[in-house]
Amino acid sequence: MNDTICAISTALGVGAISIIRVSGDEAISKVAKIFDGKNLLEVESHTIHYGHIVSDNEIIDEVLVTVLKAPKTYTKEDIVEINSHGGIATTKKVLEILIANGIRLADKGEFTKRAFLNGRIDLSQAEAVNSLIKSHTDLERKLALNTLSGKVSAKIRNVRQIIVELLANIEVNIDFPEYEDALEITLENLPPKLKEIKGELENLLEESKIGTIIENGIKVAIIGRPNVGKSSILNALLNKNKAIVTDIAGTTRDIVEGEIEIKGIALKFIDTAGIRKTEDLVEKIGVDKSLEMITESDLVILVLNNNEELTEEDKDLLLKIKDKTHIIFVNKNDLPTKLKLDEKEVVFGNTVSLDGLDDLKNKIVELFDLEQIESSNLDVVSSAREIGLIKESLESINNALNNVNKLLPVDMIAIDIKKAWDLLGEITGESYAEELLDTLFSEFCLGK
Amino acid sequence: MYDLIVVGGGHAGCEAAHIAGVLGLKTALVTANKKNIADMPCNPSIGGTAKGIIVREIDALGGIMGKVADRTHFQIKMLNNGKGPAVRSLRAQADKVTYPKVMLEHLYNTPNLEIIEGMVEDLIVNNNKVEGVILNSGKKISSKAVILTTGTYLKANILIGSENTPGGPHGEERSNNLSDNLKKLGLDVQRLKTGTPPRIKKDSIDFSKMEEECGDNEYYTFSFDNPPFYKINEQQKCYLLYTNAKTHEIINNNLEKSAMYGGYVTGIGPRYCPSIEDKIVRFKDKERHQLFLEPESIYYDEWYLQGFSTSMPRDIQEQMVHSLSGLENAIITKYAYAIEYDALNPLEMKPSLENKIIENLFTAGQINGTSGYEEAAAQGLIAGINAHHKLKDLEPLILHRDEAYIGVLIDDLVTKGTKEPYRMLTSRAEFRLILRHDNADLRLREIGYNHHTIDEERYRLLKEKEAQINEVKNILRNNNLKLNEETKEIFTKKGLEIPTYSTSLYMLLKRPEMNMETLKELIPLDYKKEILEEVEIEVKYEGYIAKVYKEAEKMKKLEEKQIPKDIDYDDILNLASEARQKLKSIRPISIGQATRISGVNPSDIAILTVYLKKKYDK
Repeated sequence: MNDTICAISTALGVGAISIIRVSGDEAISKVAKIFDGKNLLEVESHTIHYGHIVSDNEIIDEVLVTVLKAPKTYTKEDIVEINSHGGIATTKKVLEILIANGIRLADKGEFTKRAFLNGRIDLSQAEAVNSLIKSHTDLERKLALNTLSGKVSAKIRNVRQIIVELLANIEVNIDFPEYEDALEITLENLPPKLKEIKGELENLLEESKIGTIIENGIKVAIIGRPNVGKSSILNALLNKNKAIVTDIAGTTRDIVEGEIEIKGIALKFIDTAGIRKTEDLVEKIGVDKSLEMITESDLVILVLNNNEELTEEDKDLLLKIKDKTHIIFVNKNDLPTKLKLDEKEVVFGNTVSLDGLDDLKNKIVELFDLEQIESSNLDVVSSAREIGLIKESLESINNALNNVNKLLPVDMIAIDIKKAWDLLGEITGESYAEELLDTLFSEFCLGK
Repeated sequence: MYDLIVVGGGHAGCEAAHIAGVLGLKTALVTANKKNIADMPCNPSIGGTAKGIIVREIDALGGIMGKVADRTHFQIKMLNNGKGPAVRSLRAQADKVTYPKVMLEHLYNTPNLEIIEGMVEDLIVNNNKVEGVILNSGKKISSKAVILTTGTYLKANILIGSENTPGGPHGEERSNNLSDNLKKLGLDVQRLKTGTPPRIKKDSIDFSKMEEECGDNEYYTFSFDNPPFYKINEQQKCYLLYTNAKTHEIINNNLEKSAMYGGYVTGIGPRYCPSIEDKIVRFKDKERHQLFLEPESIYYDEWYLQGFSTSMPRDIQEQMVHSLSGLENAIITKYAYAIEYDALNPLEMKPSLENKIIENLFTAGQINGTSGYEEAAAQGLIAGINAHHKLKDLEPLILHRDEAYIGVLIDDLVTKGTKEPYRMLTSRAEFRLILRHDNADLRLREIGYNHHTIDEERYRLLKEKEAQINEVKNILRNNNLKLNEETKEIFTKKGLEIPTYSTSLYMLLKRPEMNMETLKELIPLDYKKEILEEVEIEVKYEGYIAKVYKEAEKMKKLEEKQIPKDIDYDDILNLASEARQKLKSIRPISIGQATRISGVNPSDIAILTVYLKKKYDK
């Protein structure tokens, strides 16, 4: 059933070496046909060989070829990896030759799908592989590897165990009503048990926030009235001149993104258009977008000028970010102070001498407890699917608690508890839901 | 030449023979001893948790167990009455003398049915198709189909201590060769074990030292057709007593003398019905275990000591019984024993209960690895119906897991198999909230009607009931609570909080403190109790019921994904070898069934689904 598939498994255009992976029954024989070097059909498994890719007697590329024979491979099928050195064009050419030789281009996520289908990895691990591929920082990589090792699965299994013990007790009460062997689960003693489960689930979700930060980074929106120096701050932080900086108010119209890493966490900066009440239609789109970015960001940096009093607009912005994690950056501290401010998280500095930028970074580390994240053991839940299922599971437990208050019978409430148990089982692949596979695998990037 | 031969006159055999006769098959029921028809060799009760619901389902589908139990019990109880409606279940103490008598009467009155005495020792099989049976006398009886309901009689051994006597329950003759002959035909035979407690002479029991267990003061029946007619005040009492430190000491000191612990037993016993020595070994910390004393019949004075099943030798049994409070001077009329017997592997059956290897051969009851009168009767009924359908070229009756406990029972047997005697439990039914005691007729009578086991008159009554349920619901929907002095007084009188705003009576009923009794005072509702009860349950638990139906829908979708009968599992690459082997032997009819096979993992299902898509969806 499984034909042989191939794909470039390193990011295109990045790095000196590109790897083309071939997997399937004919992987070795097909690559052997276009490889000028040792006879790949006769080499040992897990060995690497020097040679050339040849097509129509023409040398296409100088390569190293790794031969990995089933079943000890990523997909549990025969795999050949071609390390190509020739840049994008050559790599693509090699791929085309493979396809011309009857090897199919892999679908999105197909290598991992095969690894999963062939029993090499479980669902939770499959998702982690996807994160691993997408990971940019070392911490992200560490998180993905942790999931792979099944630590998260173990945590979830632990909660499932607590739930299943409660369920079993309820079932015994029902099936053997006249026997006194088991504690009778009643509307009175059920809530403490449900609250224990609720607590466990909330812990998982709380921890998952760390996971989300590691995986997705912290989205930072720098806001402020036009021309307070937002772009200058961003450029100073990114250390490059990406946004257009002028003295004319309202010239930064596009959302410009830039990324830096602090303590292993990606900070994704969004330079919003200057916020100013405006009639200009084009600029208004930018302003709307800015307000939207406040909602979307994890952290807002509001820039104010030291030499000006608070305007109505500033006050409006302060109000808007009240419930958001935020830092006030007071720019132009080299100019006389006119600003009166009653705020907690304030950093002073100026973009001319780059004063205060380190303070700003330190403030971010402090607010997000990044030191702690860096040193924590990182066995936390992070994928959106897993978090979604845990949330649903928590909702079921909340339903159960609700229905205890409505005095519904215990055996009905057991339906909610059972549901919570099933949902957690979906994370570890212990309950079967069909849509799951399709959703999951369409999430994977091409290649691994 | 018969259409059908039913081998065995136990609870499975009776239902099978009865329904086959009703459906018009020329049927012979072959039993070793007419006197043992519908015998109850173990507990003197019909029903119990989950099992009581099965009896209701049997009745809803046209079976007779419920009707016979209704006429012959001397105590009846609604179990789990204090819990939710989904888990309520009836249990009756059935009289061991009258139950078989009344059952035999039913069989005598069944059209097209003949009862033959004889011991079946072999089948007539040609080209893997059954064509009749051979008795131990050598006599051959031919038929188009055969249902085996041999109970615990296949190569049975009775074990008491180190004694091992070939024979069935009650010292009856066992079938010596049938299971070997089935093995020769290629069927897989396994050895199972069960047991029964001692019986005590009534006069020798000091009941004053025990707690009374009485029946309910409300009329209940298993059958949807019988009006209740038992004398509610003349129900017999049962009694509760406990083991004590002395009992435990006697057992611990003599463990190796029991057949179980002495290593004399090869069969596998049920976990949910352990012997008393098992309970004491496995739960060392428990200071006492509950026991019940139940009368077997009002026509003789033997009492059944429930919870005290054992395979100890007789002298130890004497000591054990005499250590119990109130049984110091008890006379044991029958000693407890363990029984080992041959059973078939239920994985070799189709969901219709027809054997996969031998055509037109059906099996039901303990031969399929189950335990319990009710589980047996349910299979007998389905086997009888499906033997008829097979001969008449009709689609078999296969009940699904969201339709009946019977569906759960058979699906479990043919999908998961069993290594110990299988007993039905409510926890086996994932959709139990919609498989209730009260709605068995609403679930199944129409199915019975479509399969010709429910007649026009009973069908008309069902439709009438359904219409009345809807009427009542509409009345409640269309009438609001009137907040006047009169209604306020009703609430006050009942000690209920007076609602602060008006709402429909339908919404009012959803409140925890509300019930139909109160509603009847607010609006005239001149309907039978069962109608009002049904409405109350459906309205009160509407939210949960809807949830369960939704879950059931999900399962149905997987159930609808049929797996072609001719699928070649060897053609599917990458299936885990355990999954491949299981799929090959069980041959599930749908993806839904495949997901329930243990050892078949989600990834195997994914591979199977992908394969089916590629191969058949072009």
